[in-house]
Amino acid sequence: MDTSPPDLVVLASRVRYEEKRIMAALDRRGSRFTHLDSRSLSVTAATDRYAGRVVLNREVGHYRAWYAAEALEAAGARVVNTAAATHLSGDKWLTSAALLRHGLPTPRTALAMTPEAGLKALAEVGYPAVIKPLVGSWGRLVTRVTDEAMAGAVLEHVAALPSPQSHIVYVQELVPKADRDIRVAVVGGRALGATWRRGEDWRTNVARGAVSEPCHLGPELVRLAVAAAAAVGADIAGVDLIEDGDGRLTVLEVNDRVEFRGFESAHGDIDVAGAIADLLITKAEA
Amino acid sequence: MQNVISGAECPECMAEIYVGDDALVSEIIECTDCRSDLEITSVRPPVLSTAPEVEEDWGE
Ligand SMILES: [Zn+2]
Repeated sequence: MDTSPPDLVVLASRVRYEEKRIMAALDRRGSRFTHLDSRSLSVTAATDRYAGRVVLNREVGHYRAWYAAEALEAAGARVVNTAAATHLSGDKWLTSAALLRHGLPTPRTALAMTPEAGLKALAEVGYPAVIKPLVGSWGRLVTRVTDEAMAGAVLEHVAALPSPQSHIVYVQELVPKADRDIRVAVVGGRALGATWRRGEDWRTNVARGAVSEPCHLGPELVRLAVAAAAAVGADIAGVDLIEDGDGRLTVLEVNDRVEFRGFESAHGDIDVAGAIADLLITKAEA
Repeated sequence: MQNVISGAECPECMAEIYVGDDALVSEIIECTDCRSDLEITSVRPPVLSTAPEVEEDWGE
């Protein structure tokens, strides 16, 4: 009887639809794994306790996910996605910089070191624009501004926020769009499929009530999504893109702990969880 | 059967959860499958929603 610990670890503090699907896919493949609650994790430095383990990082909080990955890698684990990828994709500015460095199209973006400097950044990016928190998601605190008076009011609120990091202001031009963006699921360098995401709100996060519908996965969409995932070093990614007024595709962001419930319900026949399970098993056997 | 009204679906993992007849609106319960904190938003019929305790850096 094999008494060695399973090589695969699923790290998650919440087991949602996605985590259940991934664990079921691992079960179906006869793969032994453990679910590790990230809230109970501590890692002692200078040990190799996780040597040879492949860890799927599904922690929902960005900072906990990033530091858990850093600590597990230091203890010898191979974390999917890597700590570096989680760091880059969890921070909007680092993502924008990585996309530009790799020559990928992305909206005009600026970073201002104070809310006051934010007005200058907005003038350069042009109105209408979006002010976003550097870290955070599900569309929270994302504010559309259409003119300088409105921007001034928003930035006053930003200046009153308690954390020093929230005073760094990320602004981006608002790409004119027909109330929808495109999500491409990328696993192991392969684009699995694409969905349109339409929101009632102009922010098209599924968590804010957006509805997913299948989108044709053309060659340009495949090229950009795969390249955007690679630009941040993510093996598993949900790449958000948008079509500008002239029908050109541009990359908005890369999500490294991708949610795919809407995606799977839109497609029905694309098994994202299965692809993730296969990727983990391949890595564990490598 | 007396202490069970009927099943409600966990909005996080879709598990079926039985809500007892002593349940209160706004009560926080934990899903037995995924351990998400859930808020009972209606008792008759039982309806569950995710408890509002999301941290700022959460999400994909
Ligand atoms: Zn549940």
